[in-house]
Amino acid sequence: MSDVTSDQVLTTQDGKPLKAALAKALRRERLRSLMLIAPLLIFIMLTFVAPIFDMLFRSVENQIVSETLPRTVVLLEEWDAGSGETPGEDVYQALHYDLMIASEYKRHTQLGTRLNYEKTGISSMFRRTGRRIADFGEVYADQFAALNPAWEDPMTWVNLMASDAWIADQQRWAASQDGPEPTFILSETAVAALPATADIYGAFAEFLQMEEGDSPTDEQPWNAVYAALYEDLADNPQAFSTFSGTNADLLREAVEAVPTFATASMKELFIDAEDGWGDAGNWAVIKTFSPAYTPGYFLSAADAQLTPDGLEMKPENQQIYLFLFYRTLLLSIVITLSCLLLGYPIAYLLAALPLRYSNLLLILVLLPFWTSLLVRTSAWKVLLQQQGVINDVLVWIGLITDAGRLVMINNATGTIIAMTHILLPFMILPLYSVMKTISPTYVRAAKSLGATDWTAFWRVYFPQSVPGIGAGAILVFILAIGYYITPELVGGTSGIFISNRIAFHISSSLNWGLAAALGTLLLVAVLLLFMAYDRIVGIDNVKLG
Amino acid sequence: MKLKTIVMAGTALAFAGGNAAAQELTFVSWGGAYQNSQIKAYAEPYMAANPGVTIIWDESSNEAVAKLRAMNEAGNITWDLVDVVASDAIRLCDEGLAMEIDHDEMLAPAPDGTSASEDFGDLIVSDCYIPQIVYSTTFGYRTDVDEWGGNTPDDICDVFDLEAFPGKRSLEKRPINNMEWALLCDGVAKEDVYDVLETEEGQDRAFAKLDTIKDSVVWWSAGAETPQLLADKEVVIGSTYNGRLFSLIEEQDQPVAMLWDAQVFDLDGWIIPTGLSEERLALVKDFLYFATDTQRLADQAKFISYGPARASSAPLVSTHAELGIEMAPHMPTDPANAQNTFLYNYEWWADYRDDLDAKFQAWLAR
Repeated sequence: MSDVTSDQVLTTQDGKPLKAALAKALRRERLRSLMLIAPLLIFIMLTFVAPIFDMLFRSVENQIVSETLPRTVVLLEEWDAGSGETPGEDVYQALHYDLMIASEYKRHTQLGTRLNYEKTGISSMFRRTGRRIADFGEVYADQFAALNPAWEDPMTWVNLMASDAWIADQQRWAASQDGPEPTFILSETAVAALPATADIYGAFAEFLQMEEGDSPTDEQPWNAVYAALYEDLADNPQAFSTFSGTNADLLREAVEAVPTFATASMKELFIDAEDGWGDAGNWAVIKTFSPAYTPGYFLSAADAQLTPDGLEMKPENQQIYLFLFYRTLLLSIVITLSCLLLGYPIAYLLAALPLRYSNLLLILVLLPFWTSLLVRTSAWKVLLQQQGVINDVLVWIGLITDAGRLVMINNATGTIIAMTHILLPFMILPLYSVMKTISPTYVRAAKSLGATDWTAFWRVYFPQSVPGIGAGAILVFILAIGYYITPELVGGTSGIFISNRIAFHISSSLNWGLAAALGTLLLVAVLLLFMAYDRIVGIDNVKLG
Repeated sequence: MKLKTIVMAGTALAFAGGNAAAQELTFVSWGGAYQNSQIKAYAEPYMAANPGVTIIWDESSNEAVAKLRAMNEAGNITWDLVDVVASDAIRLCDEGLAMEIDHDEMLAPAPDGTSASEDFGDLIVSDCYIPQIVYSTTFGYRTDVDEWGGNTPDDICDVFDLEAFPGKRSLEKRPINNMEWALLCDGVAKEDVYDVLETEEGQDRAFAKLDTIKDSVVWWSAGAETPQLLADKEVVIGSTYNGRLFSLIEEQDQPVAMLWDAQVFDLDGWIIPTGLSEERLALVKDFLYFATDTQRLADQAKFISYGPARASSAPLVSTHAELGIEMAPHMPTDPANAQNTFLYNYEWWADYRDDLDAKFQAWLAR
């Protein structure tokens, strides 16, 4: 090749450069194989990888606060959480509108549940306030109605707030009753002159049309809309000037009356409904968790928490996850080692015996493998419990007294024993398949050259079986680290794993964010260990057969 | 003309097919003896009266909240009626996963005309909830323990008394109920329990009381564990649901007796998932009207020792379908058993569950 210079490019018969032709052929080959695996790849991506990432993504997701309380969250930015004082009246007014809308959509309780993870008591604060929020603006609704009964008429509001085009569309629709009602559109005049009212009335109309299937032309608005109108008119006494006809007359009349209206402090109403609203600490939690993404779940998963003053560890009586991670790793290592200790001689025996005996032995190894996991775990209960078979035998032969029965289950010992048994085949099978390939002639050669049995095994046989140990150890360790059924059943309190807490948060406490964060940490821990293993042992040294 | 006939026939077929599919209902319950009692008392009579309807059972109640949330996110609700405990019903209602219902409109009145909401009374703990039964979490103890010298526990605090009643106990692996019992036995008055438990000192006090027996406790997470542990003599006293103890004592004839003192009442009942189609909802409503009337609720007690949730059902409770024994004395609501009961505060636990659970787990791990 050295004598081929650049101007003497090798070409194929039809004159194309050989390199390009080869690349093309290879590309075609690759494409073809890609297309062959495409169905499986797409299937795995859609049903396995995508859902896992979707789940893991929940560990940082936190849009619920800003989506449920959009107005409040914006105003809260101005508020200093460190001041120890509750926010001003404007924040409570915004909260009134947000919570009114949220309670109609039944979203306030979800938000309460979310924030309750951060501070106890917020759940019921939202739930109870949600029951009373509809009355908060009643004082305004009553006064507008007393001023002019027209304010109780849904059509007054439609004429005031809706765009002319929508009113025309709606009338055409009402005459024909064809299809769904046209989507409500606010009038630009109303948005400019009465911003708060337009905002909440728009939300009201959207809720009616989308959720209830009702028309704004038939329903009197929420009391909160009246409160917003009061606020707008008090802010802008000239509001009526851009309106015309009946709308202008109604508004002019209202503007004149508004200064004499009895008012209600939203702050007082909220605190009256739930003391918690007067606690700056609760507001600090809302502010701290208002961004769309939060490190909060990851911090919880590491026994830390986010406070207005920054990062700090949780009180000692709530720290559990780091300890559980540590215990999971420790017990998994112990289980892997005990699997290796028990599995190695069996695999050796399997590989050394003549085929007809080794097949029988292999079936014995596989038999428990085919038995239900729950059955095997329950069988260990029968064997290991204090009134169980093993203790009974030990008492009977006099090794222990009746009062001194051993505690071998509902603790870490139980977990180790049961899981070692369950995971043993995963160690034996890779070991066996590697040992099968080790030629007995090497050991014989070593012995004939004067090695003792031990030296022949340790210096000649064992190094050749290391790839099997690697494969078995990785399999067992990775399976063990994510196990939860067996630890749950036989682990008591000292034998449970981090996966038990993940399962708890998925199916019981519904704190999926925290479960996702714990799961992500576990995944990262496994990947790190895997990389370390690759560095030390080398993944090329792992063989499954 | 011919084409039109074919199209019409096709449409008719499609409708028939649609109907046949809609007549299949999926109910979710707990499995075991409890689900059996529901099948016998509600589902079989209903299917006998409505031959077109088939009811399929899914034994997923213990993770119903998580599964309903996942179904809701996926936009595909495959369950029509779900049996859950009261605290789960409250959570499902909070999350918007269960439908709010009008009890008087949807359920049958009592035979004497009392409205359904009055007949169920306080047991309607959530707007989404239709209670079926009252059960209790209480203790059972072995009657053949030599070390007790012939004494038997008759007070909840005997559970915490290792000197008079040595031996292992089994308690549920969660703070609910255990914290309350610990405080009650630490001298807190029944009405103050939750006020005390709200404070850091109160929680420490409950944990300190539990610490006195911690080394003798086997923690359970499934209701079947305590009966098994009692039968195996692994524990001498254990908490579980009263129906499980009934079957251990009466059906399996084990030397175990009930300790009714300070039993904690709880409810089990139906919720309707949100987002059902009109047809399925109509079917579910029809079933519910049938299955929650006074007589049906009383019928369920023939198969399991849980008290019917309607006040009007209580006098109709009769004998066990197979054993033939009177069921009333085995009901948690029976006056002799209900001399000292404890009402579990759902709303309080909705607030404190996350916090106390973290502390409880940390305490267990220590």
